[in-house]
Amino acid sequence: MQTVKMVVTGPFNSGKTEFIRSVSEIDVVSTERKISSDSERVKDQTTVAMDFGRITVDDNLVLYLFGTPGQRRFDFMWEILSEGMLGFIVMVDSTRPETFREARNILETFRAYAPTPYVVVANKQDCKDAWDLEDMRIALRLDGRVKFLPCVATDKESVKNALLELLYSILEEMEKGEG
Amino acid sequence: MALKGNLRDFSITQLLNLINVAQKTGTLVIEGPSEEIWVCFRDGKLAFARDGQEDGSLASVLFREKKISAAQFRAIKERAGAMSDKELGLLLINANYISQQDILASLQNYFVGIVNRLFTWVEGLFRFENNMMPPDDKITVRISLENLIIDGSRRVREWEQLQDEIPSLDMALKFTDRPGTNLRNVNLSVEEWRVVSYINPKNSIRQIAKTTNKSELEIRRIVYGLLQAGLVELIRPAGMPVPVPQGRPALPQASKDEQKSLINRIIGRIRSI
Ligand SMILES: Nc1nc2c(ncn2[C@@H]2O[C@H](COP(=O)(O)OP(=O)(O)O)[C@@H](O)[C@H]2O)c(=O)[nH]1
Ligand SMILES: [Mg+2]
Repeated sequence: MQTVKMVVTGPFNSGKTEFIRSVSEIDVVSTERKISSDSERVKDQTTVAMDFGRITVDDNLVLYLFGTPGQRRFDFMWEILSEGMLGFIVMVDSTRPETFREARNILETFRAYAPTPYVVVANKQDCKDAWDLEDMRIALRLDGRVKFLPCVATDKESVKNALLELLYSILEEMEKGEG
Repeated sequence: MALKGNLRDFSITQLLNLINVAQKTGTLVIEGPSEEIWVCFRDGKLAFARDGQEDGSLASVLFREKKISAAQFRAIKERAGAMSDKELGLLLINANYISQQDILASLQNYFVGIVNRLFTWVEGLFRFENNMMPPDDKITVRISLENLIIDGSRRVREWEQLQDEIPSLDMALKFTDRPGTNLRNVNLSVEEWRVVSYINPKNSIRQIAKTTNKSELEIRRIVYGLLQAGLVELIRPAGMPVPVPQGRPALPQASKDEQKSLINRIIGRIRSI
Protein backbone atom coordinates (compact mmCIF):
# COMPACT_ATOMS: atom_id res chain seq x y z
CA MET A 1 0.00 0.00 0.00
CA GLN A 2 1.41 3.36 -1.03
CA THR A 3 0.42 6.60 0.65
CA VAL A 4 0.91 10.11 -0.65
CA LYS A 5 -0.05 13.42 0.87
CA MET A 6 -0.98 16.96 0.12
CA VAL A 7 -0.98 19.81 2.61
CA VAL A 8 -3.66 22.42 3.12
CA THR A 9 -2.41 25.53 4.84
CA GLY A 10 -3.49 29.10 5.41
CA PRO A 11 -4.34 31.55 8.19
CA PHE A 12 -6.55 30.60 11.10
CA ASN A 13 -10.23 30.29 10.19
CA SER A 14 -9.62 30.37 6.45
CA GLY A 15 -11.51 27.10 5.97
CA LYS A 16 -8.87 24.37 6.00
CA THR A 17 -10.86 21.96 8.14
CA GLU A 18 -14.00 22.55 6.09
CA PHE A 19 -12.09 22.01 2.86
CA ILE A 20 -10.71 18.66 3.95
CA ARG A 21 -14.01 17.59 5.44
CA SER A 22 -15.78 18.12 2.10
CA VAL A 23 -13.84 15.37 0.35
CA SER A 24 -12.52 13.13 3.08
CA GLU A 25 -14.02 9.68 3.39
CA ILE A 26 -13.29 9.62 7.11
CA ASP A 27 -14.36 12.14 9.68
CA VAL A 28 -11.65 14.72 9.77
CA VAL A 29 -9.42 13.85 12.64
CA SER A 30 -8.35 16.85 14.60
CA THR A 31 -5.46 16.31 16.91
CA GLU A 32 -5.97 19.03 19.43
CA ARG A 33 -2.96 19.90 21.41
CA LYS A 34 -2.11 22.58 23.85
CA ILE A 35 0.80 24.66 22.76
CA SER A 36 2.46 26.96 25.20
CA SER A 37 5.86 28.48 24.84
CA ASP A 38 7.55 30.85 27.25
CA SER A 39 6.53 33.94 25.36
CA GLU A 40 2.93 32.81 25.32
CA ARG A 41 2.63 31.77 28.88
CA VAL A 42 1.37 35.21 29.74
CA LYS A 43 -1.49 34.83 27.32
CA ASP A 44 -4.08 32.15 27.29
CA GLN A 45 -2.97 28.79 26.15
CA THR A 46 -3.56 28.35 22.47
CA THR A 47 -5.24 25.29 21.13
CA VAL A 48 -3.98 24.11 17.81
CA ALA A 49 -5.83 21.69 15.66
CA MET A 50 -4.08 19.62 13.05
CA ASP A 51 -6.53 17.92 10.74
CA PHE A 52 -6.22 15.08 8.42
CA GLY A 53 -8.53 13.49 5.90
CA ARG A 54 -8.22 10.45 3.67
CA ILE A 55 -9.15 9.59 0.10
CA THR A 56 -8.64 5.96 -0.95
CA VAL A 57 -7.61 6.04 -4.59
CA ASP A 58 -7.57 2.29 -5.25
CA ASP A 59 -6.42 -0.93 -3.63
CA ASN A 60 -2.82 0.20 -3.63
CA LEU A 61 -2.94 3.91 -3.10
CA VAL A 62 -4.20 6.30 -0.42
CA LEU A 63 -4.06 10.08 -0.47
CA TYR A 64 -3.92 11.95 2.81
CA LEU A 65 -4.81 15.60 3.18
CA PHE A 66 -3.18 17.43 6.06
CA GLY A 67 -4.44 20.71 7.38
CA THR A 68 -1.87 22.75 9.16
CA PRO A 69 -1.88 26.09 10.91
CA GLY A 70 -0.05 28.71 8.93
CA GLN A 71 1.39 30.77 11.74
CA ARG A 72 5.11 31.17 11.76
CA ARG A 73 5.44 29.69 15.18
CA PHE A 74 4.30 26.40 13.74
CA ASP A 75 7.10 26.25 11.19
CA PHE A 76 8.28 23.06 12.77
CA MET A 77 5.02 21.39 11.74
CA TRP A 78 5.66 22.47 8.21
CA GLU A 79 8.99 20.78 8.10
CA ILE A 80 7.46 17.58 9.31
CA LEU A 81 4.49 17.75 6.98
CA SER A 82 6.22 18.98 3.86
CA GLU A 83 8.45 15.94 3.84
CA GLY A 84 7.32 13.94 0.88
CA MET A 85 4.27 16.00 0.01
CA LEU A 86 3.06 16.14 -3.59
CA GLY A 87 2.01 19.74 -3.37
CA PHE A 88 0.20 22.22 -1.20
CA ILE A 89 -2.83 24.46 -1.12
CA VAL A 90 -2.86 27.88 0.51
CA MET A 91 -6.33 28.89 1.65
CA VAL A 92 -7.26 32.53 2.04
CA ASP A 93 -10.48 33.84 3.58
CA SER A 94 -11.79 36.23 0.90
CA THR A 95 -13.79 38.18 3.46
CA ARG A 96 -10.90 39.05 5.76
CA PRO A 97 -8.33 41.35 4.18
CA GLU A 98 -6.59 41.54 7.53
CA THR A 99 -5.35 37.99 6.93
CA PHE A 100 -3.99 38.59 3.42
CA ARG A 101 -0.61 39.65 4.64
CA GLU A 102 -0.26 36.53 6.73
CA ALA A 103 -1.38 34.39 3.83
CA ARG A 104 1.19 35.99 1.59
CA ASN A 105 3.81 35.50 4.23
CA ILE A 106 3.04 31.80 4.48
CA LEU A 107 3.20 31.56 0.73
CA GLU A 108 6.43 33.49 0.28
CA THR A 109 8.17 31.69 3.07
CA PHE A 110 7.48 28.37 1.42
CA ARG A 111 7.94 29.53 -2.10
CA ALA A 112 11.45 30.42 -1.06
CA TYR A 113 12.29 26.90 -0.02
CA ALA A 114 9.63 24.37 -0.99
CA PRO A 115 9.96 23.46 -4.66
CA THR A 116 6.67 21.55 -4.85
CA PRO A 117 3.73 22.84 -6.91
CA TYR A 118 0.99 24.77 -5.13
CA VAL A 119 -2.28 26.54 -5.75
CA VAL A 120 -3.83 29.43 -3.86
CA VAL A 121 -7.51 29.31 -3.07
CA ALA A 122 -9.81 32.29 -2.43
CA ASN A 123 -12.23 30.68 -0.03
CA LYS A 124 -15.68 31.79 1.15
CA GLN A 125 -16.56 33.24 -2.24
CA ASP A 126 -20.21 32.63 -1.36
CA CYS A 127 -20.11 35.38 1.28
CA LYS A 128 -21.35 38.80 0.35
CA ASP A 129 -18.25 40.48 1.78
CA ALA A 130 -15.93 38.38 -0.33
CA TRP A 131 -13.32 40.35 -2.27
CA ASP A 132 -12.97 39.93 -6.01
CA LEU A 133 -10.30 37.56 -7.18
CA GLU A 134 -8.53 40.23 -9.24
CA ASP A 135 -8.23 42.49 -6.20
CA MET A 136 -7.05 39.64 -4.02
CA ARG A 137 -4.46 38.59 -6.57
CA ILE A 138 -2.89 42.03 -6.36
CA ALA A 139 -3.16 42.25 -2.60
CA LEU A 140 -1.58 38.82 -2.25
CA ARG A 141 1.00 39.77 -4.85
CA LEU A 142 0.46 36.59 -6.86
CA ASP A 143 1.95 36.79 -10.26
CA GLY A 144 -0.14 35.83 -13.26
CA ARG A 145 1.33 32.36 -13.48
CA VAL A 146 0.21 31.29 -10.02
CA LYS A 147 -3.05 29.35 -10.07
CA PHE A 148 -5.55 31.28 -7.99
CA LEU A 149 -8.98 29.68 -7.68
CA PRO A 150 -12.33 30.75 -6.30
CA CYS A 151 -13.63 28.31 -3.71
CA VAL A 152 -16.44 27.53 -1.34
CA ALA A 153 -15.00 24.94 1.00
CA THR A 154 -18.41 23.63 1.98
CA ASP A 155 -19.12 22.79 -1.66
CA LYS A 156 -17.60 19.49 -2.72
CA GLU A 157 -17.33 20.38 -6.41
CA SER A 158 -15.42 23.49 -5.60
CA VAL A 159 -12.97 21.59 -3.41
CA LYS A 160 -12.55 18.89 -6.06
CA ASN A 161 -11.74 21.58 -8.58
CA ALA A 162 -8.99 23.02 -6.38
CA LEU A 163 -7.47 19.58 -5.80
CA LEU A 164 -7.62 18.78 -9.51
CA GLU A 165 -5.94 22.04 -10.46
CA LEU A 166 -3.14 21.24 -8.06
CA LEU A 167 -2.79 17.75 -9.53
CA TYR A 168 -2.68 19.16 -13.07
CA SER A 169 0.15 21.45 -11.94
CA ILE A 170 1.99 18.49 -10.48
CA LEU A 171 1.66 16.64 -13.80
CA GLU A 172 2.87 19.67 -15.73
CA GLU A 173 5.85 19.96 -13.44
CA MET A 174 6.73 16.31 -14.13
CA GLU A 175 6.44 16.84 -17.85
CA LYS A 176 8.67 19.89 -17.68
CA GLY A 177 11.23 17.83 -15.79
CA GLU A 178 11.28 15.40 -18.67
CA GLY A 179 11.87 17.98 -21.35
CA MET B 1 -18.24 42.52 -4.99
CA ALA B 2 -16.91 44.14 -1.89
CA LEU B 3 -13.62 45.91 -1.62
CA LYS B 4 -13.85 46.91 1.98
CA GLY B 5 -12.16 46.51 5.30
CA ASN B 6 -10.39 48.42 8.03
CA LEU B 7 -7.16 50.38 7.64
CA ARG B 8 -5.98 48.72 10.81
CA ASP B 9 -5.72 45.47 8.87
CA PHE B 10 -5.24 46.61 5.30
CA SER B 11 -3.14 49.72 5.12
CA ILE B 12 -3.54 52.77 2.94
CA THR B 13 -0.26 51.80 1.24
CA GLN B 14 -1.72 48.44 0.31
CA LEU B 15 -4.92 50.08 -0.91
CA LEU B 16 -3.10 52.57 -3.11
CA ASN B 17 -1.03 49.71 -4.50
CA LEU B 18 -4.17 47.82 -5.37
CA ILE B 19 -5.82 50.82 -7.02
CA ASN B 20 -2.64 51.62 -8.92
CA VAL B 21 -1.95 48.14 -10.22
CA ALA B 22 -5.59 47.38 -11.07
CA GLN B 23 -5.96 50.88 -12.59
CA LYS B 24 -9.25 51.32 -10.81
CA THR B 25 -11.80 54.05 -11.36
CA GLY B 26 -14.02 55.02 -8.45
CA THR B 27 -14.07 56.50 -4.99
CA LEU B 28 -12.37 55.26 -1.87
CA VAL B 29 -14.48 56.25 1.13
CA ILE B 30 -12.77 56.10 4.50
CA GLU B 31 -14.61 56.66 7.75
CA GLY B 32 -12.28 57.67 10.53
CA PRO B 33 -13.28 58.15 14.17
CA SER B 34 -14.21 61.79 13.62
CA GLU B 35 -14.24 62.47 9.90
CA GLU B 36 -14.82 60.94 6.52
CA ILE B 37 -12.49 61.22 3.58
CA TRP B 38 -13.31 60.59 -0.08
CA VAL B 39 -10.55 59.97 -2.58
CA CYS B 40 -11.43 59.56 -6.24
CA PHE B 41 -9.31 57.75 -8.80
CA ARG B 42 -9.49 57.52 -12.55
CA ASP B 43 -7.63 54.64 -14.22
CA GLY B 44 -5.54 54.19 -11.10
CA LYS B 45 -4.52 57.85 -10.86
CA LEU B 46 -5.52 60.25 -8.09
CA ALA B 47 -8.21 62.56 -9.48
CA PHE B 48 -9.82 64.26 -6.52
CA ALA B 49 -9.98 64.20 -2.72
CA ARG B 50 -12.21 65.64 -0.14
CA ASP B 51 -12.22 65.75 3.65
CA GLY B 52 -15.79 65.83 4.95
CA GLN B 53 -14.85 68.31 7.62
CA GLU B 54 -13.30 70.85 5.30
CA ASP B 55 -14.62 73.27 2.74
CA GLY B 56 -13.05 71.70 -0.34
CA SER B 57 -14.27 74.34 -2.78
CA LEU B 58 -11.78 75.80 -5.25
CA ALA B 59 -11.94 79.20 -3.53
CA SER B 60 -11.10 77.66 -0.22
CA VAL B 61 -8.25 75.63 -1.69
CA LEU B 62 -6.77 78.69 -3.39
CA PHE B 63 -6.99 80.54 -0.11
CA ARG B 64 -5.25 77.72 1.78
CA GLU B 65 -2.55 77.63 -0.85
CA LYS B 66 -2.16 81.41 -0.52
CA LYS B 67 -3.15 82.14 -4.10
CA ILE B 68 -5.87 84.52 -2.98
CA SER B 69 -6.15 86.72 0.11
CA ALA B 70 -8.66 86.38 2.93
CA ALA B 71 -10.56 89.40 1.62
CA GLN B 72 -10.72 87.95 -1.88
CA PHE B 73 -11.85 84.62 -0.48
CA ARG B 74 -14.66 86.34 1.43
CA ALA B 75 -15.68 88.34 -1.60
CA ILE B 76 -15.87 85.22 -3.77
CA LYS B 77 -17.87 83.41 -1.13
CA GLU B 78 -20.34 86.31 -0.85
CA ARG B 79 -20.75 87.21 -4.48
CA ALA B 80 -19.96 84.01 -6.32
CA GLY B 81 -21.14 81.48 -3.81
CA ALA B 82 -23.32 79.64 -6.29
CA MET B 83 -20.64 79.40 -8.92
CA SER B 84 -19.20 75.98 -9.62
CA ASP B 85 -15.47 75.32 -9.27
CA LYS B 86 -15.06 75.05 -13.02
CA GLU B 87 -16.86 78.35 -13.63
CA LEU B 88 -14.85 80.13 -10.97
CA GLY B 89 -11.62 78.67 -12.32
CA LEU B 90 -12.42 79.85 -15.83
CA LEU B 91 -13.33 83.28 -14.56
CA LEU B 92 -10.07 83.67 -12.67
CA ILE B 93 -8.04 82.42 -15.64
CA ASN B 94 -9.86 84.70 -18.08
CA ALA B 95 -9.35 87.64 -15.76
CA ASN B 96 -5.65 86.85 -15.97
CA TYR B 97 -5.63 86.60 -12.23
CA ILE B 98 -4.23 83.13 -11.96
CA SER B 99 -2.92 80.59 -14.44
CA GLN B 100 -4.49 77.24 -15.12
CA GLN B 101 -1.25 75.67 -13.97
CA ASP B 102 -1.48 77.43 -10.61
CA ILE B 103 -5.00 76.20 -10.12
CA LEU B 104 -4.08 72.62 -10.93
CA ALA B 105 -0.96 72.77 -8.75
CA SER B 106 -2.99 74.11 -5.83
CA LEU B 107 -5.56 71.37 -6.18
CA GLN B 108 -2.86 68.72 -6.51
CA ASN B 109 -1.20 69.91 -3.33
CA TYR B 110 -4.46 69.91 -1.52
CA PHE B 111 -5.51 66.43 -2.68
CA VAL B 112 -2.10 64.92 -1.97
CA GLY B 113 -2.24 66.49 1.50
CA ILE B 114 -5.51 64.73 2.19
CA VAL B 115 -4.15 61.38 1.03
CA ASN B 116 -1.02 61.88 3.13
CA ARG B 117 -3.21 62.45 6.15
CA LEU B 118 -4.54 58.96 5.67
CA PHE B 119 -1.09 57.48 6.22
CA THR B 120 -1.34 58.64 9.82
CA TRP B 121 -4.67 56.95 10.44
CA VAL B 122 -4.33 53.73 12.34
CA GLU B 123 -7.98 52.91 12.03
CA GLY B 124 -10.78 53.61 9.60
CA LEU B 125 -13.41 51.64 7.75
CA PHE B 126 -12.89 51.81 4.04
CA ARG B 127 -14.87 50.84 1.00
CA PHE B 128 -14.28 51.33 -2.68
CA GLU B 129 -17.24 52.50 -4.77
CA ASN B 130 -16.56 51.41 -8.31
CA ASN B 131 -17.03 54.11 -10.94
CA MET B 132 -18.27 56.72 -8.47
CA MET B 133 -16.68 60.05 -9.42
CA PRO B 134 -17.01 63.64 -8.16
CA PRO B 135 -19.71 65.84 -9.72
CA ASP B 136 -18.95 67.15 -13.20
CA ASP B 137 -18.45 70.72 -12.05
CA LYS B 138 -15.45 69.75 -9.92
CA ILE B 139 -11.96 70.13 -11.33
CA THR B 140 -10.01 66.89 -11.32
CA VAL B 141 -6.31 66.21 -11.66
CA ARG B 142 -4.20 63.22 -12.69
CA ILE B 143 -1.50 62.20 -10.25
CA SER B 144 0.41 58.91 -10.44
CA LEU B 145 0.26 56.98 -7.22
CA GLU B 146 3.81 55.63 -7.29
CA ASN B 147 5.30 58.66 -5.60
CA LEU B 148 2.58 58.79 -2.98
CA ILE B 149 3.15 55.13 -2.21
CA ILE B 150 6.93 55.41 -1.98
CA ASP B 151 6.57 58.49 0.17
CA GLY B 152 4.19 56.69 2.48
CA SER B 153 6.38 53.61 2.64
CA ARG B 154 9.26 55.71 3.92
CA ARG B 155 7.18 56.20 7.02
CA VAL B 156 6.74 52.51 7.76
CA ARG B 157 8.84 51.87 10.80
CA GLU B 158 7.38 48.69 12.10
CA TRP B 159 9.96 46.01 11.85
CA GLU B 160 7.33 43.31 12.08
CA GLN B 161 5.29 44.56 9.17
CA LEU B 162 8.36 44.85 6.99
CA GLN B 163 9.49 41.40 7.95
CA ASP B 164 6.10 40.01 7.04
CA GLU B 165 6.18 41.76 3.70
CA ILE B 166 9.67 40.53 2.85
CA PRO B 167 10.24 37.36 4.81
CA SER B 168 13.42 36.31 3.04
CA LEU B 169 16.35 38.49 2.03
CA ASP B 170 17.60 35.65 -0.12
CA MET B 171 15.08 36.48 -2.81
CA ALA B 172 16.08 38.69 -5.71
CA LEU B 173 14.21 41.54 -7.40
CA LYS B 174 13.26 42.21 -10.95
CA PHE B 175 11.55 45.17 -12.55
CA THR B 176 7.92 44.50 -13.37
CA ASP B 177 6.94 44.53 -17.00
CA ARG B 178 3.60 46.08 -16.18
CA PRO B 179 2.74 48.60 -18.89
CA GLY B 180 2.75 52.23 -17.87
CA THR B 181 5.35 51.98 -15.13
CA ASN B 182 8.30 54.21 -15.59
CA LEU B 183 10.99 54.52 -13.00
CA ARG B 184 11.97 57.91 -14.33
CA ASN B 185 8.71 59.43 -13.15
CA VAL B 186 9.32 58.37 -9.59
CA ASN B 187 11.03 60.60 -7.06
CA LEU B 188 13.64 58.42 -5.40
CA SER B 189 16.26 59.52 -2.93
CA VAL B 190 19.93 59.04 -3.74
CA GLU B 191 20.06 56.05 -1.41
CA GLU B 192 17.02 54.52 -3.06
CA TRP B 193 18.56 55.00 -6.48
CA ARG B 194 21.69 53.21 -5.33
CA VAL B 195 19.56 50.24 -4.36
CA VAL B 196 17.67 50.40 -7.64
CA SER B 197 20.90 50.36 -9.61
CA TYR B 198 21.73 46.92 -8.20
CA ILE B 199 18.37 45.35 -8.97
CA ASN B 200 19.01 42.32 -11.08
CA PRO B 201 17.67 38.76 -10.96
CA LYS B 202 21.20 37.65 -10.06
CA ASN B 203 21.51 39.75 -6.90
CA SER B 204 19.76 38.69 -3.72
CA ILE B 205 18.34 41.44 -1.54
CA ARG B 206 20.94 40.51 1.04
CA GLN B 207 23.76 41.09 -1.45
CA ILE B 208 22.29 44.45 -2.44
CA ALA B 209 22.08 45.45 1.22
CA LYS B 210 25.69 44.50 1.76
CA THR B 211 26.94 46.36 -1.31
CA THR B 212 24.99 49.51 -0.51
CA ASN B 213 25.76 49.33 3.18
CA LYS B 214 22.21 49.07 4.40
CA SER B 215 20.87 47.46 7.52
CA GLU B 216 18.15 44.83 7.20
CA LEU B 217 15.55 47.36 8.30
CA GLU B 218 16.70 49.96 5.78
CA ILE B 219 16.83 47.59 2.85
CA ARG B 220 13.45 46.12 3.74
CA ARG B 221 11.89 49.56 3.90
CA ILE B 222 13.24 50.58 0.50
CA VAL B 223 12.27 47.29 -1.13
CA TYR B 224 8.84 47.53 0.45
CA GLY B 225 8.26 50.94 -1.15
CA LEU B 226 9.33 49.70 -4.56
CA LEU B 227 7.17 46.60 -4.24
CA GLN B 228 4.11 48.55 -3.15
CA ALA B 229 4.59 51.05 -5.93
CA GLY B 230 4.39 48.07 -8.28
CA LEU B 231 7.84 48.76 -9.71
CA VAL B 232 9.56 45.53 -8.76
CA GLU B 233 8.65 41.97 -7.88
CA LEU B 234 10.29 39.30 -5.78
CA ILE B 235 11.82 36.34 -7.60
CA ARG B 236 14.08 33.46 -6.77
CA PRO B 237 17.62 34.56 -7.62
CA ALA B 238 18.91 33.30 -10.95
CA GLY B 239 21.33 30.45 -10.45
CA MET B 240 20.21 29.73 -6.90
CA PRO B 241 19.89 25.98 -6.57
CA VAL B 242 16.38 24.81 -5.86
CA PRO B 243 16.62 23.36 -2.38
CA VAL B 244 15.72 19.71 -2.17
CA PRO B 245 13.51 19.17 0.82
CA GLN B 246 15.12 17.01 3.41
CA GLY B 247 13.89 13.54 3.86
CA ARG B 248 12.44 11.34 1.25
CA PRO B 249 11.20 12.63 -2.07
CA ALA B 250 7.47 12.68 -2.73
CA LEU B 251 7.55 9.75 -5.07
CA PRO B 252 10.45 7.49 -4.24
CA GLN B 253 12.28 5.38 -6.79
CA ALA B 254 9.43 5.48 -9.25
CA SER B 255 10.13 6.18 -12.90
CA LYS B 256 8.60 9.25 -14.51
CA ASP B 257 5.91 7.13 -16.15
CA GLU B 258 4.99 5.46 -12.89
CA GLN B 259 4.84 8.83 -11.19
CA LYS B 260 2.58 10.24 -13.85
CA SER B 261 0.34 7.23 -13.74
CA LEU B 262 0.06 7.62 -9.99
CA ILE B 263 -1.03 11.25 -10.33
CA ASN B 264 -3.48 10.28 -13.07
CA ARG B 265 -4.98 7.66 -10.78
CA ILE B 266 -5.52 10.28 -8.11
CA ILE B 267 -7.05 12.62 -10.67
CA GLY B 268 -9.46 9.92 -11.80
CA ARG B 269 -10.45 9.17 -8.24
CA ILE B 270 -11.07 12.79 -7.28
CA ARG B 271 -13.15 13.40 -10.38
CA SER B 272 -15.38 10.54 -9.29
CA ILE B 273 -15.98 11.74 -5.73
N1 LIG C 1 -19.73 30.70 4.05
C1 LIG C 1 -18.65 29.93 4.10
N2 LIG C 1 -18.14 29.58 5.30
C2 LIG C 1 -17.03 28.81 5.34
C3 LIG C 1 -16.39 28.39 4.15
N3 LIG C 1 -15.31 27.67 4.50
C4 LIG C 1 -15.29 27.62 5.85
N4 LIG C 1 -16.32 28.33 6.37
C5 LIG C 1 -16.60 28.56 7.79
O1 LIG C 1 -15.52 29.31 8.33
C6 LIG C 1 -15.21 28.90 9.64
C7 LIG C 1 -13.75 28.46 9.73
O2 LIG C 1 -13.54 27.29 8.95
P1 LIG C 1 -12.49 26.18 9.38
O3 LIG C 1 -12.53 25.13 8.33
O4 LIG C 1 -12.69 25.75 10.77
O5 LIG C 1 -11.15 27.03 9.31
P2 LIG C 1 -9.64 26.59 9.67
O6 LIG C 1 -9.28 27.30 10.93
O7 LIG C 1 -8.82 27.08 8.53
O8 LIG C 1 -9.62 25.09 9.81
C8 LIG C 1 -16.17 27.78 9.95
O9 LIG C 1 -17.26 28.34 10.65
C9 LIG C 1 -16.60 27.28 8.59
O10 LIG C 1 -17.90 26.71 8.61
C10 LIG C 1 -16.96 28.81 2.87
O11 LIG C 1 -16.45 28.52 1.79
N5 LIG C 1 -18.07 29.58 2.93
MG1 LIG D 1 -9.21 23.98 11.47
